[in-house]
Amino acid sequence: MNKVKLLYRACVVLAAALAAALAGALVLRTIGASPLATYATIFTGPFADKFGITEVLVRAVPLILVGLGIAISFRSGILNIGGEGQILVGILASTATALAFPGSPKVVLLPLMLMAGALGGALWGGIAGFLRAELGVSELLSTVMLNYIAAQFYTFLLRGPMIDPSELQTGSGTPQSMRLPRAAWLDRIVPETRLHAGLILAVVLAVCVYILLWRTTWGYRLRAAGAEEKAARYAGVHVERSLIAAMLFAGAFAGLAGAVEVSGVHHRAIEGISSDYGFSGIVVALFGGLHPAGILPAAVFFGVLLVGADMTQRSAGVPANMILVLQGVVILAIVSAQMYINNAYALERFARLFRRRTEQTGAQS
Amino acid sequence: MKTASDPIQELVLKGITKRFPGVLACDDVSLEVRRGEVLALVGENGAGKSTLMNILAGLYHPDAGTISVNGKVVHFRTPSEAFARGIGMVHQNFMLVPNMTVAENVALGSKQLHHFMNLDLRGARKRILEVSEHHELPVNPDAYIWQLSVGEQQRVELVKTLCFGAQLLILDEPTSALTPQETDDLMDRLRRMTSELSIIFISHKLNEVKVLSDRVAILRHGAVVFNGRTADHTPAELAALMTGHEVTLPRNESGAAESEVILSARQLRVRGDRGHDALDGLDLELRAGEILGLAGVSGNGQRELADALAGLRRVESGTIHFQGKDVTNRPPVRMIEAGMGYIPEDRHHEGIVPSFSVKDNLVLKDYDSAKFSFSCFLRLGEIARNAEALRESFDIRCPSISTATGSLSGGNIQKVILAREIARRPKALVAVYPTRGVDMGAQEFIHTRLLAHRREGIGILLISEELEEILNLSDRIAVIYKGRILKVLPSAGATREQLGLLMAGVVHE
Repeated sequence: MNKVKLLYRACVVLAAALAAALAGALVLRTIGASPLATYATIFTGPFADKFGITEVLVRAVPLILVGLGIAISFRSGILNIGGEGQILVGILASTATALAFPGSPKVVLLPLMLMAGALGGALWGGIAGFLRAELGVSELLSTVMLNYIAAQFYTFLLRGPMIDPSELQTGSGTPQSMRLPRAAWLDRIVPETRLHAGLILAVVLAVCVYILLWRTTWGYRLRAAGAEEKAARYAGVHVERSLIAAMLFAGAFAGLAGAVEVSGVHHRAIEGISSDYGFSGIVVALFGGLHPAGILPAAVFFGVLLVGADMTQRSAGVPANMILVLQGVVILAIVSAQMYINNAYALERFARLFRRRTEQTGAQS
Repeated sequence: MKTASDPIQELVLKGITKRFPGVLACDDVSLEVRRGEVLALVGENGAGKSTLMNILAGLYHPDAGTISVNGKVVHFRTPSEAFARGIGMVHQNFMLVPNMTVAENVALGSKQLHHFMNLDLRGARKRILEVSEHHELPVNPDAYIWQLSVGEQQRVELVKTLCFGAQLLILDEPTSALTPQETDDLMDRLRRMTSELSIIFISHKLNEVKVLSDRVAILRHGAVVFNGRTADHTPAELAALMTGHEVTLPRNESGAAESEVILSARQLRVRGDRGHDALDGLDLELRAGEILGLAGVSGNGQRELADALAGLRRVESGTIHFQGKDVTNRPPVRMIEAGMGYIPEDRHHEGIVPSFSVKDNLVLKDYDSAKFSFSCFLRLGEIARNAEALRESFDIRCPSISTATGSLSGGNIQKVILAREIARRPKALVAVYPTRGVDMGAQEFIHTRLLAHRREGIGILLISEELEEILNLSDRIAVIYKGRILKVLPSAGATREQLGLLMAGVVHE
């Protein structure tokens, strides 16, 4: 039975990949691009050199961090789709902190800045948690609305109070903050690439989240409240408090992702910095089974897609928006495949078909 | 709505075998049902009854064996194919959409009523009225499901299944959620329906089997161990065949001890979910080392009382004293710490976290005690050891202690809850319907344990609708009616008739 199950899962994954590839090919053909060349670039391009591989990891870092936070909140029974807003607030808080103490030594400033980012995100997430726990406001509603507010607030600050004074002097007016002092930069861990120490932080935190959720009484409480609220209440868990805690954690991870992105990659707050990581992080978390051990590879996989997409734009001449379409197709295929993988009826049907086949070939030989 | 072309005269299962990973759920089972006959299918939890019926209803496929109707072999690939052949199943947990009307629920499952852009609700109403009149199953097609009592919902399920043209009804423990009155009523109606239908009736309750069925088949470990006429055997014989040994439900023989009051409620007022006064000035005293049976028809405030005692429901006025201290409106965690044990009514969603493993559920109330954690880290080894020990001593049957608890049978889930509550060494235990829907073997086990812990000095408040259970176990019996205690009487000398009248609110002075 187990062998059949494995075979079934492999078949589902293959079928999903094939379906995604075919649908994507159709789209690519209609705009006159070569599907094969495009796919080849997406999946081999990022591994061609040191730069590609490190870029994949650079993209994976924020995805891991956001994904971990999403996993905590989803496991705790709260559907947080406010990662995007939490990232932005995290960026603002960390950037402001780093710029406020330009003369401080690195050992002080860097941790302070990252913590400020996490706190900013936690605050933003905590609002949604508080509204849900105390007033029963659906977190789906509040987190989406908070995303809008954060986005506008972010634009306002970058165009007004926080804009780089030199932009005003030269009159170019690009909405971006001042460059962070060097003491607030995360170290590059591979020379001549953008890969920074945030990767190490993300992996360490993945282990921490595993310990938190499955090895501590806190995690037990969070998971119990998320899996069955009634039973958790019955067992003496303060469910409201656990909902707020979950959103604080989720927000903190998203905020940290923002801070790491500023400190490790861009070194200043610019527009478009979040690159929808707040949403892709949800997909990464779900794709990774809401478990750190799954989120790490899932984030790398999405990193490949993102980097590969950039490369196709350059080498295969496929427009950037087309790549978004392909990503959408891949995500749909993956999510549908997961539905099928856990469908007992489909498995049963497959097992029967498989048995009949093996019996037939057995009879023939 | 179409009915199958020719009526089911005879349904034969032959050599049905079904294997799940690690379990032989059905082992060469052969059965037959003829038109107008009631076959009772009995067996302990996990004996394979539900698997067998799911095969018959097209949900599972047998590994070996055949199903034939009127001598012709049939293969049901989906539930709708079984339905089309006239086989309808009423599941133990009703499959109804609460915020739709009866007619909408019936229309939901019937393709004939779905026309292009138009749902023929009038047709559904007409069909419902026909069926309910024909089978004497009164239902109001325009009522919303959430407005109906459990007994009425049961009738809706039956009517729905009959509307789809079922000629063979499979009823999976149809009485497990019904009050005694509703049960009697259902038995009558089913009996009358057998003139034109066949029924396969799954139950643990041998007195019901005795009343309703013509023949009885007993499953044990997936195999048929007995198949014969119901009239020829006593319930005690059937019970012995079912469990494989003589079953004697234990009785509380020792008289009531005069010990100190451990838990008392004074003038308790508590609101129900719909905002009405579910408890309306209730007074109750529980002594250490006694079992106080709380008899009453469900819905008279039992659930609200149990919730209030566990700290899960706000007390509007009145007081609760536990071991001499006022604990009114304390949060659940304080009640747990004070030594209150609680076996809740909703065992699947309140008593356990279904997706958690057995070992995790066994520490649901103690995960942060010094025994199972240090600072904030869980002692996983200790949690596993605890689970192995309790699995052994409470005879919890599970593939492993890491299995998701929600996948166990009802009886085993109940044992998990009982084990956890007892292992905490509570001072008082509130047990709500502790044996509802569990098999004879588990029932015997649970009763024995409750009596044993009573002897150790725990005060037990036993809330039940089964008069048998209350009479067997209690030292004293309190009858609850409309949120008040109508009368408290010693168990010795109390009779079923007397309690039945009290439960209906009749007091003779």
